[in-house]
Amino acid sequence: MKIVVCIKQVPGTTNVSIDPETKRLIREGVEIVMNPFDAYALEEGVLLCEKHGGEVTALSMGPKRAELTLREALAYGADRVILLNDRALGGSDTFATSYALSQAIRKIGDVDLVICGKQAIDGDTAQVGPGIAAHLGWPQAAYVSRLIKSDDSGLTVERMHEAGNDICIIKLPAVLTVLKDINTPRMPALKRRLASGKAEIPVWSASFIKADTAKTGLDGSPTRVVTTRKPAARDKHTVILNGSAAGSASELVKILKSRIKL
Amino acid sequence: MILRDSENSCTFKDVWVLAEFAGGKVHNVTYELLGAAKKLSDKLLRKSRVVCLVLGEGTGTAAEKFFHYCADVVITVDDVSLKTFNDTVYASVISRLVKKYKPEILISGATSRGRSIMPRVAVLVETGLTADCTGLDIEEGTGLLLQTRPAYGGNIIATIKCEHHRPQMSTVRQGVFKAPVPDNSGTGEVIEENVLEAEKKTRISVIEESFSEDKGINLSDADIIVTGGRGVKGPKGFNMIAELAKVLKGAVGASRAAVDSGWISYTHQVGQTGRTVQPKIYIACGVSGQIQHLTGMQSSDFIIAVNKDAEAPIMKLADVAIVGDLFEVIPEIIKLLKSGIQADFKKLKTTAESRD
Repeated sequence: MKIVVCIKQVPGTTNVSIDPETKRLIREGVEIVMNPFDAYALEEGVLLCEKHGGEVTALSMGPKRAELTLREALAYGADRVILLNDRALGGSDTFATSYALSQAIRKIGDVDLVICGKQAIDGDTAQVGPGIAAHLGWPQAAYVSRLIKSDDSGLTVERMHEAGNDICIIKLPAVLTVLKDINTPRMPALKRRLASGKAEIPVWSASFIKADTAKTGLDGSPTRVVTTRKPAARDKHTVILNGSAAGSASELVKILKSRIKL
Repeated sequence: MILRDSENSCTFKDVWVLAEFAGGKVHNVTYELLGAAKKLSDKLLRKSRVVCLVLGEGTGTAAEKFFHYCADVVITVDDVSLKTFNDTVYASVISRLVKKYKPEILISGATSRGRSIMPRVAVLVETGLTADCTGLDIEEGTGLLLQTRPAYGGNIIATIKCEHHRPQMSTVRQGVFKAPVPDNSGTGEVIEENVLEAEKKTRISVIEESFSEDKGINLSDADIIVTGGRGVKGPKGFNMIAELAKVLKGAVGASRAAVDSGWISYTHQVGQTGRTVQPKIYIACGVSGQIQHLTGMQSSDFIIAVNKDAEAPIMKLADVAIVGDLFEVIPEIIKLLKSGIQADFKKLKTTAESRD
């Protein structure tokens, strides 16, 4: 099974600030980590290849320093990694990003399965996985919480939704986006970790994946961020109840009754 | 669809709402969005109608109700192939209809269905999509849709435009807009569309679908969420959390620590790797308040925390912080609430009896 796992490097914290002049995120000095959901996507890819044979490629689009995240992917079990890096891809929205990634997946060739994390914790959009599926014309299963059965022709998966879940059979090639329920990522072996530090990271350009640059980058993106701001701070006046359990409970019930019909 | 000149942009009109119709029921977010669509359509530069698009099997009965909630036109696609949620079939049909009728705006709920299908539709019709919006408005002068959404776990609020592509698409969080008061005399035009044979050919099939009967489980629908964390100490402690949730007619949430310990299922997890919620009242019991948890609930209207540790981060965020042992405090709360309900019930009964 030839599997591609899409990986994003994200700030290690969501507590980010905006430069008041440029209105852009201040990225300097912010720790960068692998998007937490992507670790589950990668583990699922590795598990499938252990079962069926094949290889897992970790694919990331981003700046040069995304290399670090790809080295991490190697340590966690990816067989190979590719960094998609080109100025023409900078500032891409989810449409442009999923287009560029789909072009890279075409370039890799003969891919059976693409696995993405449910969403990235910076943008929180959950749009790139389904977007890749649409660009490739492949079926998709989003919010996958369990892989029930797999063979070379297809997968049986459980998808989670707000009011319950469903089970579907999906024929390959296909795209999955996964939840953290699906597995428990392994700890990387020391040997892999050491090797990943020395590995050569192949860098692919927009022209190498034959991307139409009218559809990539800031200019190729249908959506544009016009303003960003910090949310209004919570009106913070904390009422502290530290008396007896019965006293606190009765005080709280009064407060609850003033806010809702009980 | 790319706008190439001003003439082209005039061919796009109307505000569409993609209804969420699952398990034979219309999701409440649909009515909320119809109300929002009405407000948007009134502000658009060109005269626009509110159009509700509903796909599924047995959609006929739902159509009439959409007219009570501001819809001027209802497009129904009623087909057995749409009985279960098959992203491929849904997206093919929706994108064909979008290309045919050319709406100016298309919105859907930011539910797992909405967030799975809309990105697919956006790519198929070649336009932008803004996820998980918490505000929509029309820009004065340009008539463009201003889409506001949180990112970085709610630490940044961005406003986004889609200038040169149509339709302008967004998924919108549940509970952001209020459903309008239904007008039972509302009526309008029904357009029946169907699924083409070619669209039914798909490589994915849903073989089983289950809807949880336990209403309390649905975090995103709940006005009140009672969450248990590490301090709940085990599955038994969650029985108490569930009882409080039940008395308050709320849902049960859990921190990652509680889920990872196997005390409760992942469906309940609130936070960065779980669900983002914004109920009217959030009660955190034995939750310390790691940043990853706060990210998923800090937009709640009113936050109550019960914790032994007065210095826990959740206590600083809370509107009401109860310092104490949750195993003593929560049973007291439950007792008081239950007796309160009993008393109200008695009062009601006496009033009813005195009327007889």
